[in-house]
Amino acid sequence: MGIAEYQAYGYFGLTAFLVFALYSYIYHLYSTDKKDGGHDYENYSNIALNDDISDAPVSPISDDKEK
Amino acid sequence: MENRPLEYDYTVAKMFMFTTVVLGIVGMLVGVILAFQLAYPEVNTILGEGLAEYTNFSRLRPLHTDAVIFGFTFSGIWATWYYVGQRVLKVSMAESALLMFLGKLHFWLYLVGVAAVVVSLLMGITTSKEYAEFEWPIDIAIVVVWVIWGLGLFGLIGIRREKSLYISIWYYIATFLGIAMLYLFNNMEIPTMLATNAAGESGIGAWYHSVSMYSGTNDALVQWWYGHNAVAFGFTVPIVAMIYYFLPKESGQAIYSYKLSLLSFWGLMFVYLWAGGHHLLYSTVPDWMQTMGSIFSVILILPSWGSAINMLLTMKGEWQQVAASPLIKFMVLGSTFYMFSTLEGPIQAIKSVNAIAHFTDWIVGHVHDGVLGWVGFMIMAALFHMAPRVFKREIYSKSLMATQFWIQTLGVVLYFTSMWIAGITQGMMWRAHDEFGNLAYSFIDTVTVLHPYYTIRGVGGLLYLVGFLMFAYNMYKTMSARPVEESELQSASPMGA
Repeated sequence: MGIAEYQAYGYFGLTAFLVFALYSYIYHLYSTDKKDGGHDYENYSNIALNDDISDAPVSPISDDKEK
Repeated sequence: MENRPLEYDYTVAKMFMFTTVVLGIVGMLVGVILAFQLAYPEVNTILGEGLAEYTNFSRLRPLHTDAVIFGFTFSGIWATWYYVGQRVLKVSMAESALLMFLGKLHFWLYLVGVAAVVVSLLMGITTSKEYAEFEWPIDIAIVVVWVIWGLGLFGLIGIRREKSLYISIWYYIATFLGIAMLYLFNNMEIPTMLATNAAGESGIGAWYHSVSMYSGTNDALVQWWYGHNAVAFGFTVPIVAMIYYFLPKESGQAIYSYKLSLLSFWGLMFVYLWAGGHHLLYSTVPDWMQTMGSIFSVILILPSWGSAINMLLTMKGEWQQVAASPLIKFMVLGSTFYMFSTLEGPIQAIKSVNAIAHFTDWIVGHVHDGVLGWVGFMIMAALFHMAPRVFKREIYSKSLMATQFWIQTLGVVLYFTSMWIAGITQGMMWRAHDEFGNLAYSFIDTVTVLHPYYTIRGVGGLLYLVGFLMFAYNMYKTMSARPVEESELQSASPMGA
């Protein structure tokens, strides 16, 4: 098996891995969305919209400390 | 004093807003002079033969690029960081004396660096690496400035009240890390006073001179890995950070899809770093590397358009705002130019297209529809949004803003269309040959043909500069002429007539 053949397998393998990684990440985003213990991703937009110093944080850092 | 409610502190943001405007004027003015020098060579000696050394194209060109990149754009990035950072982390700079000190130190050291750059470039002191012209003492100063920004950035993140980092914060962090890595590696150099040449002589040249650690093909590869990713982490990533904050905020609309913003972020981070090889197509770098540069450039359309479409869809159901607000116009057109530019770039990176486009004015056109239409528009829009809030005053004139928008849009269109025609004409003429392979045209033939387009480009640039001066005037009047408002508006910026 020559270098060109190794490259071809490597190329295919890398492409397959990247496709897998991309779709896994999309799956991860949707599967953890709004689940218990997961993230309400779309709600994070409100971090910008309600950004007065007196506004309540969307996910306050003190939540962590209480756990 | 002690009982005053906590407020965001925009002191440092205001300082950087000031340098954004001033260095924007400097960078764009030099750019317009350069454009007219290309059309009318006598402009090279506009201040007389005696001063020709300081006014010729080659001396001014790095001043233009560096003033616009490291002056205007980075000031804009930091002005918005010191504004957006506090707000989306819900913590005020006033809460930490250390962060406030670091912020001010960041600004003043940066200003010293800018002065050193302007003086040294005008004196002709340069490493001759494109966009990395600064000699080693200035490089060290820039690294110090960068580290101070990093301390301030991560320090503010460290004392935040909002647990989740808003998408813009991710982009600012990426800007910090990306530029740090690129700048350090491309500027690896040895001061000549420490070097010894082949003949055994040491201590050669002035104390401030240096030689790069890379040479030949390696130098080219590192240089364009740097050069292209300076576009990535200077002109794309931080500007995306801005639009993800300012467009939703100004329009009052939530981001169309926050999940898409995350996906696009990681896509952009992964793909961008591999695309720099497209600057070296048909050169002496390995063929596989050129092909990789091409392929990654084409893939780059996906994450770029992911962000841009996300921004346009954020306006869904609210398109009347584009007609009503010149500020929304700037951002929507900026996003559109981002889409346009990130489609044009990959097309130019395809090998067969690059055979015509490489070294021609089409490349210059591409850079400028990106920086004028996307970077410039977005930074001005950000400052327009910030001004009523940091100065607590209405924007001085809405009609001046709208006029500026149309003048600058016309300027950008004249710029890139003339460069398209000039570039493709140039590329075709360079390749043309007769049946025996003799070139059909000499270089001067192309210069003659391109003259009208160079003039149009100069006019386009001049229109953009005029618009920028209108912006500067509007900002100045906003901070000085308007009565102070009591309360701050949530979304749309208040504008005078």
